[in-house]
Amino acid sequence: MTAPAPLPAIRTTCPYCGVGCGILATPDGRGGAAITGDPEHPANAGRLCSKGAALGETLSLDGRLLHPMLRGTNGTLARTTWDDAIDRIAGGFRRVIDRHGPDAVAFYLSGQLLTEDYYAANKLMKGFLGSANVDTNSRLCMSSSVAGHRRSFGADVVPGVYADLDEADLIVLVGSNAAWCHPVLHQRMMAARRRRGTRIVVVDPRRTATAEDADLLLTIAPGMDAALFSGLLVHLADTGALDRAYMDAHTSGFDEALGRARAIAPDTAATAAAAGLAAGDVAHFFDLFAATGRTVTAFSQGVNQSAQGTDKVSAIINCHLATGRIGRPGMGPLSLTGQPNAMGGREVGGLANQLAAHMGFLPADIDRVGRFWNAPAMAGAEGLKAVDMFAAVERGDIKALWVMATNPAVSLPRAGAVREALGRLDLLVVSENVLANDTVTAGAHVLLPAAAWGEKDGTVTNSERRISRQRAFLPAPGEAMPDWWMVAQVARRLGFADAFAYGGAADIFREHAALSGFENDGARAFDIGALADISDPDYDALQPMQWPARAPSPLPACGERSDRSAERDDPGEGASPRMRRQESPSPRPSPRKRGEGEDSRLFATGGFVTPDRRARFIAVAPPALRTATDDAFPFRLNTGRVRDHWHTMTRTGKSPRLGCHLPEPFVEIHPDDAASAGVTHGGFARAVTSHGACVLKVAVTDSQRRGSLFAPIHWSGETASSARIGELVVNATDPFSGQPEAKATPAAITPAVLPWAGFALSRTPLAFPAGTWWARVAIAGGVGYLFATTAEPGHWAEIARKMFAGRAHAEYVEPGLYRLAAFTGHRLDGALFVGPADSTPQWDTVRALFEGETVAVADRRVVLSARRAGGRDAGALVCACFGVGVIAIRDAVAAGACDVAAIGATLRAGTNCGSCLPELKRIVARELKAAE
Amino acid sequence: MGEPLVIIGNGMAAARLAEELTTRVLGRYAIAVIGEEPRLAYNRVLLSSLLADEVTTAELELKSARWWRDRGVTLVYGCPAVAIETDIRRVRLANGATLPYAKLVLATGSRPIRLPVSGATLAGVLTFRDIADVENLRHTGAGRRAVVIGGGLLGLEAAHGLARAGAQVSLVHLMDRLMERQLDARAAAMLRAEVEARGVTVLTRAETAAIDGRGHVEAVALRDGRRLEADLVVFAIGIRPNVDLARTAGLAIDRGITVDDGLATSRAGIFAIGECAEHKGTCYGLIEPAYEQARILARRLAGENAHYTGSVLATNLKVSGVNVFSAGDFLGRAGAEEIVLTDPGLNVYKKLVIADDRLVGVVLFGDTIDGPWYLDLIRSGAPIAAIRHHLAFGRILAEATEPMAA
Repeated sequence: MTAPAPLPAIRTTCPYCGVGCGILATPDGRGGAAITGDPEHPANAGRLCSKGAALGETLSLDGRLLHPMLRGTNGTLARTTWDDAIDRIAGGFRRVIDRHGPDAVAFYLSGQLLTEDYYAANKLMKGFLGSANVDTNSRLCMSSSVAGHRRSFGADVVPGVYADLDEADLIVLVGSNAAWCHPVLHQRMMAARRRRGTRIVVVDPRRTATAEDADLLLTIAPGMDAALFSGLLVHLADTGALDRAYMDAHTSGFDEALGRARAIAPDTAATAAAAGLAAGDVAHFFDLFAATGRTVTAFSQGVNQSAQGTDKVSAIINCHLATGRIGRPGMGPLSLTGQPNAMGGREVGGLANQLAAHMGFLPADIDRVGRFWNAPAMAGAEGLKAVDMFAAVERGDIKALWVMATNPAVSLPRAGAVREALGRLDLLVVSENVLANDTVTAGAHVLLPAAAWGEKDGTVTNSERRISRQRAFLPAPGEAMPDWWMVAQVARRLGFADAFAYGGAADIFREHAALSGFENDGARAFDIGALADISDPDYDALQPMQWPARAPSPLPACGERSDRSAERDDPGEGASPRMRRQESPSPRPSPRKRGEGEDSRLFATGGFVTPDRRARFIAVAPPALRTATDDAFPFRLNTGRVRDHWHTMTRTGKSPRLGCHLPEPFVEIHPDDAASAGVTHGGFARAVTSHGACVLKVAVTDSQRRGSLFAPIHWSGETASSARIGELVVNATDPFSGQPEAKATPAAITPAVLPWAGFALSRTPLAFPAGTWWARVAIAGGVGYLFATTAEPGHWAEIARKMFAGRAHAEYVEPGLYRLAAFTGHRLDGALFVGPADSTPQWDTVRALFEGETVAVADRRVVLSARRAGGRDAGALVCACFGVGVIAIRDAVAAGACDVAAIGATLRAGTNCGSCLPELKRIVARELKAAE
Repeated sequence: MGEPLVIIGNGMAAARLAEELTTRVLGRYAIAVIGEEPRLAYNRVLLSSLLADEVTTAELELKSARWWRDRGVTLVYGCPAVAIETDIRRVRLANGATLPYAKLVLATGSRPIRLPVSGATLAGVLTFRDIADVENLRHTGAGRRAVVIGGGLLGLEAAHGLARAGAQVSLVHLMDRLMERQLDARAAAMLRAEVEARGVTVLTRAETAAIDGRGHVEAVALRDGRRLEADLVVFAIGIRPNVDLARTAGLAIDRGITVDDGLATSRAGIFAIGECAEHKGTCYGLIEPAYEQARILARRLAGENAHYTGSVLATNLKVSGVNVFSAGDFLGRAGAEEIVLTDPGLNVYKKLVIADDRLVGVVLFGDTIDGPWYLDLIRSGAPIAAIRHHLAFGRILAEATEPMAA
């Protein structure tokens, strides 16, 4: 017998965070795949985090949307054809535009779309429908970094590379729980720490998992990051740590920025006071930073998700510009992007305040893009950024919306209001992988089945400007199609067939690359013109590469050649023609090795993307949170991620492994605050803001700052009864980036009394009675629920019996406890346990039995104890008086008992009423004979 | 020679007393056992198995003739005692012989009750008490129609045995459920299903009005008008302590022969154990109290200070393949709490009754292996708070998890 030849491994990239790890996916031929890290991908060199490693568990088609659906007149969604669905969308958008103008329509995209999807959608809206109402969930993620980069560098450019983390002597992590949110990069930092003693400073209001491995933790007051970095700038200036030569040659605006910094944080003591830190810690940090040339400041959502996020980014960049620590090995500001292709979206221009390919809405830009696209209806001005876009939906100004690959009813601030507003749209189109999420159930009129990760082809860009291919390794199920295809179909139906005549993702990529180089001449940092003619085979074989990758130009823009040659030690890939299309099959580029990206660091010797090629120091505003706490809402609600979940869990929520880490939505609170609020660890609390309320499990921990609460963002109406944390978040936004302040909403917390709690396991999703608190957890072969309730366990008997109707019910009833196990034959097909909330049993044992094929009788007898049988089953009862089963008797015979008297002496069996003696004799005789 | 000790009755209690005594103080007493039945003491509990042909008569024998002989016990069987001359401490036998005693133990057991209805003495109307009854039943019943009257332990065992022996059996019970004194409604219903699955037709709320027949039984007429054709009728409605001898000897009698905590009757030197005895108002009809009494009495006769304080009853139904156990206050009293574990797929039902943090009663169906443990807990009155949530899952699991919080 020979095993079938294994299918070849496909190189692709992870669909989660912005690290952009390379993955080797080996399809199993049955719809699944084995997932390992790609040892040749420069981002991860074979490593994967828990989420990436569990991708194989998320490939099932459970809950997948497999064909287009239309909401009928009776309000229910029903299957339809692609043709009808496309008609409905094209007709709907056309009608709304005709009646209300182009700004009454919008697209809301996602950092999880591929660059090609993004490009097509952006082009349709901004060039053919005539509006710039294209925004993306990246707005919620890193738009403050975009704005900060643009203000300082003149373009949205990450100057450094991941290799800087390997070569730094100091890494400052600001608002980044990299250990959980960018684990593979965190591992690189830890490796550097072991190898070269890199010191790690963590600036975060929480003592996160990342802080556990830090040399210095600055538990900063929420929103005060700009105070810390203003103080640092002052300290650098006052201690002679500035790189005057670099500043003089390549920057402007320092004096004003320093003046403002002095006003905010004149000295170490003032900095410490403003930032809520110990002066000694601040001084230590300042000294470290001043003394360490190779310093990387990596920042993430703690910086970005702020009404002053752009200023925070600027305050950090100021310190790097002032020390000339930018674009050189081991140095620089490094934005850790949250999503796999937020960067690709940024490059395409899929944000409402960008037009395309790093161009804005200057008349020359509009003209240039319009000519390139041959577009009939160019948008003339910025569109609405996410929060404003949904406000326009709420007001009724936007009447038709197409949501692609994201779940705004969960993730937007004031998510409850957003969800209601979505239900009032004339036309809500949702392209999705899943049949139901909170946005779909908000009232989508058209559902489009999108190809998912592993089924679609295209490119993504990670946090170090590295473009990698995502490749399909599974067939698209049902009628699922790539998002770009849907956009193109709608465009064709609207009469733009010529402009959207794409035969595949490669066609779009070439057009995208061509646009990036179109009349660029070095004026725009994002330029991959070298790839504008890439062949289909080369596109398929494209190795991870960093931009820029300019096409060789016979007439370089003024100063470009000298600037660019000066900014790098060697020509780098940007000047390399090897990606250019060749007539004959090109030699496949050899796999890149880690560290090769060093050649693409930017700005080490200036060459910024501003008109004068100088970077700008930014005078930041005095730090202050947008909202104020008061007696009604005395806490600051911080939100964020957990280690093993991603966004709204539509993918990670399928993985049993990932569900184990933190299975329930929770709120963290400092012990002192918990005591005064009357909430207890393991109990439940109602977290309330002026926008909404959630009921969450309480985690009392001194890793939480006093006065702050923390709750994860992942749970939705699909995965929990009352944990859509976006509902609580204020919609205050950064004036430059439009990014909402998602980490500091004034909040209150009160105990929620749910005296009874339990768990349920089911092959299919369960519906709990109204008023039940529940959280759904993926388990192998079904769904798990942890729940809590005010209904006494006795009331659950009837509910549970209905939940598992048609199966044999084993039940355990005790005052204050109710447990049911539902069997089909010897297979455990369901369970529900409920009892006092403070002594709910762990579900591990029952879950293991549920996940197995059949349950042995010995285990079945004790399944409702939530424990495994200690040993073997006793077997058939022989001696009723002393409770001796046949297996004990056999064992006794095997151990040397040769008659019933000996059995009686060891087991007492048969020594009372004696009615079992005849049977005992027979068993002994049989066993002895068998042993002969 | 030792002190003469006479035991009247050659049943299980008597045999156990002889065994306990000879183990403890062999030779101290010259023991004589007087049996009415013409055979060595045998295990009455196995009568239904004998009827079902699952065991042989020989296998019923509790102790061999040699065993008795080796211990110097004089066996007088097939010859009943007819009088006790208490003033001169002598027992007179039916054959005129007399036996003097220093100590006398009455272990005369009980007699089955027959309903006072017409036809109760017709041929083919039997009881189920001894080997002779079984032989009669086997002789008369095989392949024929049998009606067992009484749905208690004994009736069920008789019905089972008859069904196994090939009879078409109807079980007629006055109450609304089988074994109502030992089982709650749920266990009784499960038992009924099990018994019916074994081919026995069960009629509850069925009161026997008369037994019809000319010379030999032909049918059982029920009060509600139903009529059950029968070739054989077995009364299994209960037992009555056999106190005839004691009564004529002038011993204090209530329902049974009244005994104190030393198992002594109202007359010095005379003791009573087993089904004929009544302790604190209770006559026990099960083997375990009889054995317990035999053990206590043996210790006292051996000079130890031992007291009988009554038995906590446990019922084990001895029907092969049907495991039923009950003990204590299984119906629960005011303020008691119940823990109920059921798994119809395994045909298991367990009910534990708890009062004041102590186990006070238990009914088990299907999985009775922990019955003795529960009985120990009931008897000892040990607090069970620490293992309360594990109790229903049996001793191994409960003891393994005892130190853990629930």
